[in-house]
Amino acid sequence: MAQPAISHPRSVPLSIPVRDVLPWAIFAGVLALALIYFVGAEQGATSLISGDLVHEFVHDGRHLLGFPCH
Amino acid sequence: MVKNLLVRGMLAGLAAAALALVFAWIFGEPQVGAAIALEGHTPHGGHDPVATVPEAGADDGPVSRTVQSTIGLAAAVGVYGVAVGGIFALVFALVYGRLGAFGARATAALLAVGAFVTVSLVPFLKYPANPPAVGHPDTIGRRTALYVTFVTIVVLLGVGAVLLERWLARRYRNADAAVLAVVAFLAAVTAAALLMPGVEELPAEFPAGLLWRFRLASIGTHALLWSGMGLFFGLLAERLLTPSAIRANAPSTV
Repeated sequence: MAQPAISHPRSVPLSIPVRDVLPWAIFAGVLALALIYFVGAEQGATSLISGDLVHEFVHDGRHLLGFPCH
Repeated sequence: MVKNLLVRGMLAGLAAAALALVFAWIFGEPQVGAAIALEGHTPHGGHDPVATVPEAGADDGPVSRTVQSTIGLAAAVGVYGVAVGGIFALVFALVYGRLGAFGARATAALLAVGAFVTVSLVPFLKYPANPPAVGHPDTIGRRTALYVTFVTIVVLLGVGAVLLERWLARRYRNADAAVLAVVAFLAAVTAAALLMPGVEELPAEFPAGLLWRFRLASIGTHALLWSGMGLFFGLLAERLLTPSAIRANAPSTV
Protein backbone atom coordinates (compact mmCIF):
# COMPACT_ATOMS: atom_id res chain seq x y z
CA MET A 1 0.00 0.00 0.00
CA ALA A 2 1.57 3.25 -1.12
CA GLN A 3 2.18 6.07 1.29
CA PRO A 4 2.74 9.66 0.15
CA ALA A 5 6.20 11.08 0.44
CA ILE A 6 6.77 12.83 3.76
CA SER A 7 10.39 13.95 3.40
CA HIS A 8 9.69 17.41 2.02
CA PRO A 9 6.52 19.38 1.31
CA ARG A 10 7.58 20.00 -2.30
CA SER A 11 8.59 16.45 -3.08
CA VAL A 12 6.84 14.58 -5.87
CA PRO A 13 4.09 12.40 -4.37
CA LEU A 14 4.57 8.65 -4.53
CA SER A 15 2.26 7.00 -7.01
CA ILE A 16 -0.03 4.05 -6.24
CA PRO A 17 1.16 0.79 -7.86
CA VAL A 18 -0.93 -0.11 -10.90
CA ARG A 19 -1.47 -3.66 -9.62
CA ASP A 20 -3.22 -2.19 -6.56
CA VAL A 21 -5.56 -0.11 -8.73
CA LEU A 22 -6.35 -2.61 -11.48
CA PRO A 23 -8.79 -4.96 -9.65
CA TRP A 24 -10.79 -1.97 -8.40
CA ALA A 25 -10.66 -0.28 -11.80
CA ILE A 26 -12.08 -3.35 -13.54
CA PHE A 27 -14.77 -4.18 -10.98
CA ALA A 28 -15.96 -0.67 -10.11
CA GLY A 29 -15.45 0.50 -13.70
CA VAL A 30 -17.84 -2.15 -15.01
CA LEU A 31 -20.41 -1.30 -12.33
CA ALA A 32 -20.12 2.43 -13.03
CA LEU A 33 -20.51 1.92 -16.78
CA ALA A 34 -23.63 -0.19 -16.13
CA LEU A 35 -25.09 2.64 -14.04
CA ILE A 36 -24.29 5.19 -16.76
CA TYR A 37 -25.93 2.87 -19.31
CA PHE A 38 -29.16 2.82 -17.29
CA VAL A 39 -29.17 6.62 -16.97
CA GLY A 40 -28.12 7.23 -20.57
CA ALA A 41 -29.39 4.55 -22.91
CA GLU A 42 -31.70 1.87 -21.38
CA GLN A 43 -35.10 1.75 -23.10
CA GLY A 44 -33.76 4.20 -25.64
CA ALA A 45 -31.23 2.79 -28.07
CA THR A 46 -31.43 -0.68 -26.51
CA SER A 47 -33.81 -2.27 -24.01
CA LEU A 48 -32.87 -4.86 -21.39
CA ILE A 49 -36.10 -4.31 -19.49
CA SER A 50 -39.36 -4.11 -21.45
CA GLY A 51 -41.58 -1.05 -21.22
CA ASP A 52 -40.53 2.57 -20.85
CA LEU A 53 -40.50 3.10 -17.08
CA VAL A 54 -36.71 3.59 -16.82
CA HIS A 55 -36.71 5.87 -19.87
CA GLU A 56 -39.55 8.01 -18.58
CA PHE A 57 -38.16 8.21 -15.02
CA VAL A 58 -34.69 9.47 -16.02
CA HIS A 59 -36.13 11.34 -19.06
CA ASP A 60 -35.26 14.92 -18.05
CA GLY A 61 -31.81 14.01 -16.74
CA ARG A 62 -31.05 12.09 -19.93
CA HIS A 63 -31.90 15.15 -22.05
CA LEU A 64 -29.99 17.62 -19.87
CA LEU A 65 -26.94 15.35 -19.55
CA GLY A 66 -26.76 15.31 -23.34
CA PHE A 67 -27.56 11.67 -24.10
CA PRO A 68 -29.62 11.08 -27.24
CA CYS A 69 -33.09 10.44 -25.82
CA HIS A 70 -35.69 10.00 -28.55
CA MET B 1 -5.86 3.13 -0.29
CA VAL B 2 -7.66 2.52 -3.58
CA LYS B 3 -10.89 1.49 -1.82
CA ASN B 4 -10.70 4.64 0.28
CA LEU B 5 -10.18 6.81 -2.82
CA LEU B 6 -13.09 5.06 -4.56
CA VAL B 7 -15.47 5.85 -1.69
CA ARG B 8 -14.29 9.45 -1.65
CA GLY B 9 -14.80 9.68 -5.42
CA MET B 10 -18.37 8.44 -5.12
CA LEU B 11 -19.06 10.92 -2.30
CA ALA B 12 -17.50 13.78 -4.29
CA GLY B 13 -19.60 12.72 -7.30
CA LEU B 14 -22.77 12.80 -5.22
CA ALA B 15 -21.94 16.27 -3.84
CA ALA B 16 -21.08 17.55 -7.33
CA ALA B 17 -24.31 16.04 -8.66
CA ALA B 18 -26.27 17.94 -6.00
CA LEU B 19 -24.65 21.17 -7.23
CA ALA B 20 -25.37 20.31 -10.87
CA LEU B 21 -28.92 19.27 -9.99
CA VAL B 22 -29.79 22.69 -8.54
CA PHE B 23 -28.48 24.33 -11.72
CA ALA B 24 -30.29 21.86 -14.00
CA TRP B 25 -33.52 22.30 -12.11
CA ILE B 26 -33.43 26.11 -12.17
CA PHE B 27 -32.07 26.63 -15.71
CA GLY B 28 -32.79 23.37 -17.52
CA GLU B 29 -36.26 22.31 -16.46
CA PRO B 30 -38.07 25.40 -17.86
CA GLN B 31 -36.53 24.64 -21.28
CA VAL B 32 -37.46 20.94 -21.09
CA GLY B 33 -41.03 21.91 -20.18
CA ALA B 34 -41.24 24.46 -23.02
CA ALA B 35 -39.87 21.93 -25.53
CA ILE B 36 -42.38 19.27 -24.42
CA ALA B 37 -45.15 21.84 -24.93
CA LEU B 38 -44.06 22.04 -28.59
CA GLU B 39 -44.01 18.27 -28.90
CA GLY B 40 -47.74 17.82 -29.40
CA HIS B 41 -47.48 17.16 -33.13
CA THR B 42 -44.67 14.65 -32.69
CA PRO B 43 -46.11 11.19 -32.12
CA HIS B 44 -44.19 9.85 -29.15
CA GLY B 45 -45.64 7.92 -26.26
CA GLY B 46 -45.31 9.50 -22.87
CA HIS B 47 -45.34 13.08 -24.08
CA ASP B 48 -48.45 15.15 -24.35
CA PRO B 49 -48.81 18.95 -24.35
CA VAL B 50 -51.33 18.57 -21.53
CA ALA B 51 -48.60 17.14 -19.35
CA THR B 52 -46.67 20.41 -19.29
CA VAL B 53 -49.01 21.61 -16.58
CA PRO B 54 -47.44 19.71 -13.69
CA GLU B 55 -50.50 20.12 -11.50
CA ALA B 56 -53.84 18.78 -12.73
CA GLY B 57 -52.59 15.24 -12.15
CA ALA B 58 -50.85 15.13 -15.50
CA ASP B 59 -50.45 11.38 -15.64
CA ASP B 60 -49.86 10.83 -19.32
CA GLY B 61 -47.32 8.02 -19.17
CA PRO B 62 -45.96 5.66 -16.55
CA VAL B 63 -44.19 8.64 -14.95
CA SER B 64 -45.80 12.06 -14.52
CA ARG B 65 -44.05 15.31 -15.48
CA THR B 66 -43.88 16.26 -11.81
CA VAL B 67 -41.91 13.10 -11.00
CA GLN B 68 -39.75 13.43 -14.14
CA SER B 69 -38.73 16.99 -13.37
CA THR B 70 -37.97 16.40 -9.67
CA ILE B 71 -37.01 12.97 -8.33
CA GLY B 72 -36.49 11.58 -11.84
CA LEU B 73 -34.01 14.33 -12.65
CA ALA B 74 -32.39 14.02 -9.21
CA ALA B 75 -32.03 10.24 -9.58
CA ALA B 76 -30.55 10.51 -13.08
CA VAL B 77 -28.03 13.22 -12.16
CA GLY B 78 -27.26 11.56 -8.80
CA VAL B 79 -26.59 8.10 -10.25
CA TYR B 80 -24.54 9.64 -13.05
CA GLY B 81 -22.53 11.67 -10.49
CA VAL B 82 -21.79 8.65 -8.27
CA ALA B 83 -20.81 6.53 -11.28
CA VAL B 84 -18.49 9.08 -12.89
CA GLY B 85 -17.18 9.94 -9.40
CA GLY B 86 -16.08 6.33 -8.95
CA ILE B 87 -14.37 6.28 -12.35
CA PHE B 88 -12.81 9.67 -11.57
CA ALA B 89 -11.30 8.31 -8.35
CA LEU B 90 -9.84 5.26 -10.12
CA VAL B 91 -8.30 7.37 -12.89
CA PHE B 92 -6.95 9.66 -10.15
CA ALA B 93 -5.39 6.64 -8.42
CA LEU B 94 -3.62 5.78 -11.68
CA VAL B 95 -2.33 9.27 -12.52
CA TYR B 96 -1.54 10.60 -9.01
CA GLY B 97 2.22 11.09 -8.76
CA ARG B 98 2.69 10.26 -12.44
CA LEU B 99 1.91 13.68 -13.97
CA GLY B 100 4.81 15.54 -12.38
CA ALA B 101 5.03 17.33 -9.06
CA PHE B 102 1.30 17.94 -8.62
CA GLY B 103 -0.29 17.39 -5.22
CA ALA B 104 -3.66 15.74 -4.65
CA ARG B 105 -5.79 18.84 -5.16
CA ALA B 106 -3.94 20.01 -8.28
CA THR B 107 -4.13 16.50 -9.77
CA ALA B 108 -7.88 16.37 -9.07
CA ALA B 109 -8.38 19.82 -10.61
CA LEU B 110 -6.38 18.90 -13.75
CA LEU B 111 -8.27 15.63 -14.06
CA ALA B 112 -11.60 17.45 -13.73
CA VAL B 113 -10.66 19.87 -16.51
CA GLY B 114 -9.57 16.96 -18.68
CA ALA B 115 -12.76 15.04 -17.97
CA PHE B 116 -14.96 18.06 -18.72
CA VAL B 117 -13.20 18.66 -22.04
CA THR B 118 -13.10 15.04 -23.21
CA VAL B 119 -16.34 13.61 -21.77
CA SER B 120 -18.58 16.69 -21.95
CA LEU B 121 -17.36 19.69 -23.97
CA VAL B 122 -15.91 18.17 -27.15
CA PRO B 123 -18.72 15.59 -27.58
CA PHE B 124 -21.20 18.43 -26.93
CA LEU B 125 -19.66 20.48 -29.76
CA LYS B 126 -20.04 17.59 -32.23
CA TYR B 127 -23.30 16.03 -30.98
CA PRO B 128 -24.96 18.74 -28.85
CA ALA B 129 -27.64 17.92 -26.30
CA ASN B 130 -31.14 18.10 -27.72
CA PRO B 131 -34.38 18.99 -25.94
CA PRO B 132 -37.54 16.91 -26.32
CA ALA B 133 -39.24 17.37 -29.72
CA VAL B 134 -35.85 17.26 -31.49
CA GLY B 135 -34.71 14.01 -33.07
CA HIS B 136 -36.58 11.13 -34.72
CA PRO B 137 -37.32 8.17 -32.43
CA ASP B 138 -36.37 5.88 -35.36
CA THR B 139 -32.73 7.03 -35.38
CA ILE B 140 -32.12 6.76 -31.62
CA GLY B 141 -29.94 3.66 -32.07
CA ARG B 142 -27.68 5.30 -34.63
CA ARG B 143 -27.44 8.57 -32.70
CA THR B 144 -26.59 6.79 -29.45
CA ALA B 145 -23.95 4.67 -31.19
CA LEU B 146 -22.36 7.75 -32.79
CA TYR B 147 -22.39 9.61 -29.48
CA VAL B 148 -20.84 6.78 -27.45
CA THR B 149 -18.26 6.14 -30.20
CA PHE B 150 -17.26 9.79 -30.32
CA VAL B 151 -16.97 10.11 -26.51
CA THR B 152 -14.75 7.00 -26.51
CA ILE B 153 -12.55 8.38 -29.32
CA VAL B 154 -12.16 11.77 -27.60
CA VAL B 155 -11.30 10.18 -24.23
CA LEU B 156 -8.69 7.95 -25.92
CA LEU B 157 -7.24 10.99 -27.75
CA GLY B 158 -7.11 12.77 -24.37
CA VAL B 159 -5.19 9.86 -22.86
CA GLY B 160 -2.90 9.94 -25.89
CA ALA B 161 -2.31 13.68 -25.41
CA VAL B 162 -1.29 13.11 -21.77
CA LEU B 163 1.14 10.32 -22.77
CA LEU B 164 2.51 12.59 -25.52
CA GLU B 165 2.98 15.40 -22.99
CA ARG B 166 4.87 13.07 -20.61
CA TRP B 167 7.13 11.94 -23.49
CA LEU B 168 7.76 15.51 -24.72
CA ALA B 169 8.45 16.69 -21.15
CA ARG B 170 11.62 14.58 -21.13
CA ARG B 171 12.95 16.56 -24.11
CA TYR B 172 11.49 20.04 -23.73
CA ARG B 173 10.39 22.29 -20.89
CA ASN B 174 7.13 21.32 -19.19
CA ALA B 175 5.20 24.34 -20.50
CA ASP B 176 6.31 23.71 -24.10
CA ALA B 177 5.43 20.03 -23.83
CA ALA B 178 1.97 20.92 -22.47
CA VAL B 179 1.27 23.43 -25.26
CA LEU B 180 2.41 20.96 -27.95
CA ALA B 181 0.24 18.20 -26.46
CA VAL B 182 -2.82 20.50 -26.34
CA VAL B 183 -2.30 21.54 -29.98
CA ALA B 184 -1.94 17.89 -31.02
CA PHE B 185 -5.10 17.01 -29.07
CA LEU B 186 -7.10 19.81 -30.72
CA ALA B 187 -5.89 18.79 -34.19
CA ALA B 188 -6.73 15.12 -33.62
CA VAL B 189 -10.14 15.90 -32.11
CA THR B 190 -11.01 18.26 -34.98
CA ALA B 191 -10.05 15.58 -37.51
CA ALA B 192 -12.16 12.99 -35.68
CA ALA B 193 -15.15 15.35 -35.53
CA LEU B 194 -14.88 16.07 -39.27
CA LEU B 195 -14.66 12.36 -40.12
CA MET B 196 -17.63 11.33 -37.97
CA PRO B 197 -21.07 11.69 -39.64
CA GLY B 198 -23.24 14.56 -38.46
CA VAL B 199 -26.79 14.42 -37.13
CA GLU B 200 -29.21 16.94 -38.65
CA GLU B 201 -32.65 16.30 -37.21
CA LEU B 202 -33.66 19.71 -35.95
CA PRO B 203 -37.19 20.62 -37.09
CA ALA B 204 -37.09 23.88 -39.08
CA GLU B 205 -39.80 25.40 -36.90
CA PHE B 206 -38.08 24.69 -33.57
CA PRO B 207 -37.41 28.01 -31.74
CA ALA B 208 -33.69 28.88 -31.92
CA GLY B 209 -33.77 30.75 -28.60
CA LEU B 210 -35.24 27.78 -26.76
CA LEU B 211 -32.64 25.44 -28.30
CA TRP B 212 -29.82 27.79 -27.28
CA ARG B 213 -31.08 28.10 -23.68
CA PHE B 214 -31.52 24.34 -23.38
CA ARG B 215 -28.00 23.66 -24.65
CA LEU B 216 -26.50 26.33 -22.37
CA ALA B 217 -28.28 24.69 -19.42
CA SER B 218 -26.98 21.28 -20.49
CA ILE B 219 -23.31 22.27 -20.82
CA GLY B 220 -23.62 24.39 -17.66
CA THR B 221 -24.83 21.32 -15.77
CA HIS B 222 -21.79 19.39 -16.99
CA ALA B 223 -19.44 22.25 -16.09
CA LEU B 224 -20.81 22.39 -12.55
CA LEU B 225 -20.64 18.61 -12.17
CA TRP B 226 -16.97 18.45 -13.14
CA SER B 227 -16.02 21.62 -11.21
CA GLY B 228 -17.62 20.16 -8.10
CA MET B 229 -15.93 16.83 -8.74
CA GLY B 230 -12.45 18.37 -8.98
CA LEU B 231 -12.99 20.58 -5.95
CA PHE B 232 -14.66 18.08 -3.59
CA PHE B 233 -12.53 15.10 -4.58
CA GLY B 234 -9.37 17.21 -4.31
CA LEU B 235 -10.25 18.16 -0.74
CA LEU B 236 -11.18 14.59 0.26
CA ALA B 237 -8.15 13.02 -1.44
CA GLU B 238 -5.74 15.50 0.07
CA ARG B 239 -6.88 14.57 3.59
CA LEU B 240 -6.16 10.94 2.76
CA LEU B 241 -2.89 11.30 0.86
CA THR B 242 -1.15 14.22 2.55
CA PRO B 243 -0.36 13.94 6.28
CA SER B 244 -1.72 16.86 8.26
CA ALA B 245 1.77 18.01 9.29
CA ILE B 246 2.68 18.68 5.67
CA ARG B 247 -0.60 20.40 4.96
CA ALA B 248 0.00 22.71 7.95
CA ASN B 249 3.57 23.48 6.84
CA ALA B 250 2.78 24.03 3.18
CA PRO B 251 -0.54 25.83 2.82
CA SER B 252 0.50 27.02 -0.63
CA THR B 253 0.79 23.47 -1.97
CA VAL B 254 -2.39 22.95 -3.91
